[in-house]
Amino acid sequence: MNTLLNNSDLFITGFRNTLILFFFSAIFALVLGTVVAALRVSPVPAMRATATLYVNIVRNTPLTLVLFFFALGYPKLGLVPIDFTTAAIIGLSLYTATYVAEAVRSGINTVPVGQAEAARAIGLPFTQTLTLVILPQAFRAVIPPMFSVFIALLKNTTVAAGFSVFEAGAIRANLSERGEPALTGLLWVALVFIILVFILSALQRKLEQKWKVSR
Amino acid sequence: MSSILFDAPGPKARSRYRILGVVTALVILLIVGFVVLRFAQSGQFEAKKWQLFTFPLVQQTIAQSVGATLSAFATAAVLSLVLGVLLAFGRLSDRRWISAPCYGFTELFRAVPLLILMMIFYYGLPTVGVQGITPFTAVVAGLVLYNGSVLAEVFRAGIESLPRGQSEAGYAIGLPKSKVMTSILLPQAVRSMLPVIISQLVVILKDTALGFIVTYNEILFQAKYFGSQIQYGSPIIPAAIVAAVLYVGMCLILAAFAKWLERRLSRKPGAAVTPAAAVPAEV
Repeated sequence: MNTLLNNSDLFITGFRNTLILFFFSAIFALVLGTVVAALRVSPVPAMRATATLYVNIVRNTPLTLVLFFFALGYPKLGLVPIDFTTAAIIGLSLYTATYVAEAVRSGINTVPVGQAEAARAIGLPFTQTLTLVILPQAFRAVIPPMFSVFIALLKNTTVAAGFSVFEAGAIRANLSERGEPALTGLLWVALVFIILVFILSALQRKLEQKWKVSR
Repeated sequence: MSSILFDAPGPKARSRYRILGVVTALVILLIVGFVVLRFAQSGQFEAKKWQLFTFPLVQQTIAQSVGATLSAFATAAVLSLVLGVLLAFGRLSDRRWISAPCYGFTELFRAVPLLILMMIFYYGLPTVGVQGITPFTAVVAGLVLYNGSVLAEVFRAGIESLPRGQSEAGYAIGLPKSKVMTSILLPQAVRSMLPVIISQLVVILKDTALGFIVTYNEILFQAKYFGSQIQYGSPIIPAAIVAAVLYVGMCLILAAFAKWLERRLSRKPGAAVTPAAAVPAEV
């Protein structure tokens, strides 16, 4: 308990930054992932191929390598300089977007065929079929897998600690500088993560109940 | 699937799709071209930055680091499968004092970030007198606890999704529960869950890269070391490219193997039960 109370400043800043990483990456990943999923079912072969290639490559690359590139490699390119937090958000969003895209695509597959057929029958073009009819129903169906993606994202934010972002994963290094026991600190970090994951799962259950698909 | 979302294109739509296709291709080319141009302008393709990777000794070190990644992956994969099966059986046990701790175990280790688990092993345990923790053991222990818990859920879902008649038939011919589990339910569950199991194995392979942060001497760790060699112009981007090619290659090989296995198993339904059960242990 003392480790937590005496170093509450470290824990508070650390987890605040973790949550910042989480929220921004979650929003960007949700938007980008939905766009990629839409591209993957679009009538234009070039769009489908692009989205498939992106998903296949990024899903087979370790997140650590993605962050490695944005945190250490990107500054060498001499483009607009970005700080480590932004680099981590970009890396996490690009990585998580592929998982969001796969979840949304599986949701699109669960929407009954009749829905799309009805939409086409009243003359809606592809974009409207997708955005007005299919996607709203698909999102309801994919709440559980989508939340697993977000829980994984929350846990993945710790990887950014290896690339000079001060967040929950970096608390240990700062604690040991102050001479605090490493194990106690790490166990506290683990406990906070368990609580955060628990909150996310509770939110998931609530949303599932609220948006239950009645068919 | 996608065909039900839009009508078969007529002549007008076909020309529109063609234009959109060209526009997409142009945008992609523009982005890729910009990245490549930026790489070229900042001298990432200069011979000096790549020279390092032509030395036999460096290539040997890279091969060794691939070996380190693969050995961590193989050890963790086998142990996680074993742990996953044990935990799944534990959760399905009729005795509450077995099923409750197994439930707690899987929920606990699925909620803690893998990196924090590895840090607990690598930085935490030695401070309370646990000896002999190498980066390898920390990486493998973290991977096994996390992926074992995830695989336990996969196996359990697989077993529970089987028709009730399977276990009932087993009991009817007088098999004890342990026998019903191991020789009737598990082989079928493994077979139906094979795609999920293999994708979890890809996750294990990818997550060995976390060893980079707990100083395990794997591909990314070597890449950072080579990338910081100033006398070769600190080739961090060439090193990242080499690491990316290695990782994506290994994962794609594993994924291709999974696809091959799936096709093979679906070709002869009912006959391949035993090989299916034996296969994941070989991966």
